[in-house]
Amino acid sequence: MKYLVVLLTSFFAFLVAHGQVKINGSVRDMKSRIVAGANIVIKGSYDGTTSDSTGHFSFKTMEKAEQTIVVSNIGFKSVEQKITIDKELMELNFALKEEISELKAVVVTAGSFEAGDKKRASTVLSSLDVVTTGGANADITSVLKTLPGAQQVGEQEGLFVRGGAGYEAKQFIDGTMVNNPFYSSVPDIAQRGRFSPFLFKGTVFSTGGYSALYGQALSSVVILESIDLPDQSQVSASLSTVFLGAGFQELAKNKKSSWGINYGYTNVWPYFQIVKQGVDYFKIPEFHSADANFRIKTKGGMIKYYTTFSKNDLGLRRPDIDSLNLKDAFALNNTNWYNNLSWREFLGKGWKMNLGLSYSTDKTIIDQQLQNQQNIPVDGGNAWMKTKTYSLNNLSDLSQIKAVFDKRISGISILRFGSEYMYAYNKSIYNTLPIVLKDHFVAAFAEADLNITNDLALKLGARLEQSSLLNKANLAPRLAIAYKTGNGTQVSIAYGDFYQKPENNQLMFPNNLGYTKAQHFIANYMKVTTLQTFRVEAFYKKYEDLVKTFPNLNNDGTGLAKGIELFWRDKKTIKGMDYWISYSYLDTKRDYLNYPQSLQPNFAANHTASIVLKRFITKINTGFNFTYTYATGRPYYNIRYETTHSKYTIADQGKTIDYHNLGFSLNYLTKIFKSYAVVVASITNVLGSNQVFGYNYSLNGTYKEAITPVAPRFFFIGCFLSWGVDRRQDAINNNL
Amino acid sequence: MKHLLVITFLMVTGLVSAQTKYESGMAKGFEQMKAAKTAEEMTATASFFERIADAEKDKWLPYYYAAYANYLTGWMNPNADKDKVGDKSKDLITKAEILEKNNADLFVLRQMVAVMQLTVDPMSRFQSYGAQATEAIENAKKADATNPRIYLMEGRYKMNVPEAYGGGKEIGKALFIKSVELFKTYKPASEMHPSWGKDQAEQMLEQVSK
Repeated sequence: MKYLVVLLTSFFAFLVAHGQVKINGSVRDMKSRIVAGANIVIKGSYDGTTSDSTGHFSFKTMEKAEQTIVVSNIGFKSVEQKITIDKELMELNFALKEEISELKAVVVTAGSFEAGDKKRASTVLSSLDVVTTGGANADITSVLKTLPGAQQVGEQEGLFVRGGAGYEAKQFIDGTMVNNPFYSSVPDIAQRGRFSPFLFKGTVFSTGGYSALYGQALSSVVILESIDLPDQSQVSASLSTVFLGAGFQELAKNKKSSWGINYGYTNVWPYFQIVKQGVDYFKIPEFHSADANFRIKTKGGMIKYYTTFSKNDLGLRRPDIDSLNLKDAFALNNTNWYNNLSWREFLGKGWKMNLGLSYSTDKTIIDQQLQNQQNIPVDGGNAWMKTKTYSLNNLSDLSQIKAVFDKRISGISILRFGSEYMYAYNKSIYNTLPIVLKDHFVAAFAEADLNITNDLALKLGARLEQSSLLNKANLAPRLAIAYKTGNGTQVSIAYGDFYQKPENNQLMFPNNLGYTKAQHFIANYMKVTTLQTFRVEAFYKKYEDLVKTFPNLNNDGTGLAKGIELFWRDKKTIKGMDYWISYSYLDTKRDYLNYPQSLQPNFAANHTASIVLKRFITKINTGFNFTYTYATGRPYYNIRYETTHSKYTIADQGKTIDYHNLGFSLNYLTKIFKSYAVVVASITNVLGSNQVFGYNYSLNGTYKEAITPVAPRFFFIGCFLSWGVDRRQDAINNNL
Repeated sequence: MKHLLVITFLMVTGLVSAQTKYESGMAKGFEQMKAAKTAEEMTATASFFERIADAEKDKWLPYYYAAYANYLTGWMNPNADKDKVGDKSKDLITKAEILEKNNADLFVLRQMVAVMQLTVDPMSRFQSYGAQATEAIENAKKADATNPRIYLMEGRYKMNVPEAYGGGKEIGKALFIKSVELFKTYKPASEMHPSWGKDQAEQMLEQVSK
């Protein structure tokens, strides 16, 4: 019986084999690298195969005479070859040309960290990371500080990047610059950012060498891209130890538009009753904030509007540093209204348009007094007392329009150009003296993203700026090159000139100031796999024309910063655990403001390192997040005017103790009142490390006082509830 | 004896060509797919279906099976680059969708691919790929709410979503029950149309009922 089967089958096989031709061969790319998994097929027939892991293939066919063989693989251009099948064995070798595709093409990464899932390859931090970083309290800037390049400055807001001061970093929302991204400054206490991380789908943190689209920032830009349509309509509420909030978001039935409003009220009175603060708040900080938005899907794009209004009040008292009998009382009242309208649209034929329109107005009233032990104002008798008794009423408006056009040239290469106009109006009333500054600022820029091959990309750009206030123009070239060195590895270099106007408080006085300038040179190596990122970057930064305030206001300041930074993120090695480590080495000196010589500025530490750990345990629906940050001590100086020699000298200097901070947060997902709830608990400086940010000096220089956080720790417990209209619909469907 | 009959039958049918080239090609593909034990064999099956599809030009089913077989390789090979596999499957699904508009099985396959890519990095991909998966299931329901594979795949996804985000074992179970129920009366449009999933649905139901 068995024999019969064998016989029959071999007979059958013989019948078939008789007419068969065997085709062997191999597939490689233009650089003779093996291409595995390519499809080889005789056009119009079912005959063919795929290349194996060595790039070889072999198959049999019954087809005869003139045929076309097609070889294809994803990411390559298909090759067709005419053959004549006339032998029993044919040998064919193919070379495929890589297709330049957005997914495979190398992306310039020098200087920038991209967050969001837009381009898989360069994702370093996702939007979710912002809200789940231990101790960061969902503040975007706090999270960016765990990345290499940023300093751990705790006594004032802002990002201090690579030897740059806080005001050298600018934030952009949907392309336009934000004038007051942080809540108004309070002496020696860093303020939070105004914008909630939930507003943004993507964040790019660039620590240098950025595109010609962005200007007026010497050291860094944070580019925030707001979310498009929400996934669903929802009602939300939040409740915590310091604030209450509620919001509503409606997505139209046709999913083409949405609108929403939110309101939040912050009052730290109950919190301050439990956790004692190091300063005496005579007006407990209180914040009202409201925002509204609408988003409309257009034919090939999206129109988005976002507005936020906030008002806050606070007053605090500290012992005066120059007199034991007196106190310093500082009161602040701030009103801020921010508007952003953007429109992006594909215009067809490879054209894309991005329009941005923004308007913001910010009013800050500061009342600074000296008070006696009974908290009664003391009129300044001496000169030093007068400098501590003042009122400042500052109004700053910024209107802005920006247009950017993209034109796809060959392949995925893009030519980008556009222009922006800003009108800044600033009115300060110092006691009774009003000073008005107006600036019409115009910029034009052009940039080309050239993808020469999948392995080589070039970014060439230039930016031209003119400020009416300075009555000067500048031209800033930018250049970046990225080269893919292997599977997931690449090197990039970037160069750029960056200009920035002097600060308003310098321009207020008679001057002949011009732009301050920085030049960046950056080299970067990156290795990225889906779950791991390794990045090392070296930079050299040269400052010119920094503002000096002595002997007169001039642009004679200079500076230098160089360093090396490491970043490692790993979601693979320990299952369920996500961690990243960053380290920055910084060597910087600058001579600016009243510095008598070139000095390491007081905001710069030589070594900074962070470890961020995140672990979500599905079984208990809880995530645990730790962040540990370390920085070496920062220098501090007492720079005093010496009347005998009529110059500034360093009367005293030193280095602060090292900085340690361990932050922890946990987030627990649950259901409360049929809502999806996230309960968050967090604490900063768990270990209670002594943190010193610098020193304040008395006027005579004999006494110094450490600048420390107002409380050793910040505790937070909150609950965020959301009721998704569509999710409820889901639940109903599921029960059908 | 049985073998002999089968072989003779095959030979005869082969010789008299009662089947069209397309039908026999597809039949061969189904056999290969059933027999495939390794990812390599499954990849070969996927490319075979793709060759049929490219040759036939107007048939969506071979593209569907090519995409499905290719998707399976993503799970069969523990070291597979799930993004690469996913991109290839999506490419094939798109080709199928041009020929067959609004088909529930194609939407289900889209969901399966999205879920596979989600598993690469669930924490950070939950929002984007989770939304894609949900949208695909919604579209599938709109196309044909009686297709049992919709609820099988929705259940497999939902049972792994934390309860706080609208998932969990119980929700999965309800969906598997619905799927098993629908499979009882389900008839594929033809012998060649997708018919898989009944055993899986029963297994999943058993698993979550433990």
